[in-house]
Amino acid sequence: MTNDTSRANGAELVRFDKVTKRFGEVTVLDELDFSVATNKHVTLIGPSGSGKTTILRLLMTLLKPDEGTITVDGELLTHEQKNGKLVRAGERHTREVRKKIGMVFQQFNLFPNMKVQRNVMEAPVHVLGLDKDEAAQRAKDLIELVGLTEHLDKYPSQLSGGQQQRVAIARALAMRPQVLLLDEVTSALDPELVAGVLDVLSDIAHSTDITMICVTHEMSFARDISDRVLMFDKGKIVESGSPEKIFSDPEHDRTREFLSTVL
Amino acid sequence: MNWSWDVVSDFMPLFWDGVLVTLQALALGTLIAFSLGLVWAIAQRSRFAFVRWPVSAITEFIRNTPLLVQLFFLYFVVPEWGPSMSALTTGIVGLGLHYSTYTAEVYRSGIGGVPVGQWEAATALSLPRVRTWTAVILPQAIRRVVPALGNYVIAMLKDSPMIAVIGALEMLGEARSFSNATFTSEAYTIVGIAFLVIAYPASLLIRALERRLALTS
Repeated sequence: MTNDTSRANGAELVRFDKVTKRFGEVTVLDELDFSVATNKHVTLIGPSGSGKTTILRLLMTLLKPDEGTITVDGELLTHEQKNGKLVRAGERHTREVRKKIGMVFQQFNLFPNMKVQRNVMEAPVHVLGLDKDEAAQRAKDLIELVGLTEHLDKYPSQLSGGQQQRVAIARALAMRPQVLLLDEVTSALDPELVAGVLDVLSDIAHSTDITMICVTHEMSFARDISDRVLMFDKGKIVESGSPEKIFSDPEHDRTREFLSTVL
Repeated sequence: MNWSWDVVSDFMPLFWDGVLVTLQALALGTLIAFSLGLVWAIAQRSRFAFVRWPVSAITEFIRNTPLLVQLFFLYFVVPEWGPSMSALTTGIVGLGLHYSTYTAEVYRSGIGGVPVGQWEAATALSLPRVRTWTAVILPQAIRRVVPALGNYVIAMLKDSPMIAVIGALEMLGEARSFSNATFTSEAYTIVGIAFLVIAYPASLLIRALERRLALTS
């Protein structure tokens, strides 16, 4: 196992080693090996229930793997060394490694009791320890980036779904994560609001060096931003390759079958 | 029925003493019930069984025994091996403790009603646990349960005469001792009206609050 901690382009930023996740009797991920290099944008596609979202949730530590290890930026996320032994990561260790990861959810999950700007400032102030002015400025810049400057002082409930999702993107970016996880971020949106969110993400993908792991059903978006597309089925990677390859000339029947249902 | 305004005016000084005790018991009892209930509710979500278990046992026990018994226990039994408190303090603690087990359930349902996505967002941002509670979960949970908490304040008001049994003479206690001493009954009527005068506006206030919270959420 390589533990290359350099963040040069091409270095491994996220790595799953023989990760297994079961829900009761159902094995959602089956000894999955998979890695994402720094600065790359990887899209996971596949039928629902194939384990794509589970991968994101394991990375965000919302779930714990039953077996296997996950490494982020050269550090174990799921485990830590204690007295020379590898044990399940404790709260403190998890917290440290997790700061490198940000996530945008299908249901936005903005804090409804906070105005837009405070949603974005909350974690930089209380997790990174930024002073209020600095965090406020960072929030303003990011809210401008997602095109919502005039909504700084509104509550999430006063915004459309698409606007809320853009705030959620700003909120995740405010932590300056190395990896951004996008979990079906347009699935809960009315069709006419999807484009605005995807445009923002596409801008971010093309203009920053953030690493992205994306689960989506928007195939044209996947084609636009991805360096690599992974086709999942039944907890395993069926096929992986450049978007051109996967979308135009897939090798596996399973991939072809899936794409014919969504394209 | 004889109604004598002279009796009423004789009773008035005692009545105001009683009102003061009632309001004190209500205000401080509410304070204890609201804050202790929150402690119970949060403790019952602890990761540690050695925290959850005793708290569940204590709250179940208190909720399933009469307030009256608890007041006697606090006033006559506890001082034998613990602190002895004045009748009023004991009454306040008793009311607060008793109702805290009900407000705990209210908070618990409020906390349970906060969507799981809120916890997940807090985790994704690595918010510290305390901050997650104080800035994200509780503001949303408490908002949902304000009307239910308000109802318990009124219930507590109506239970407040029980503290008279240990000698904390609130309105009804004062009325009883006055009426027994003077062989009159006007005081009871006055006190009955006084309860209504306190409780009815309070319930209107709760209903207004409920409407307001429903509108803005």
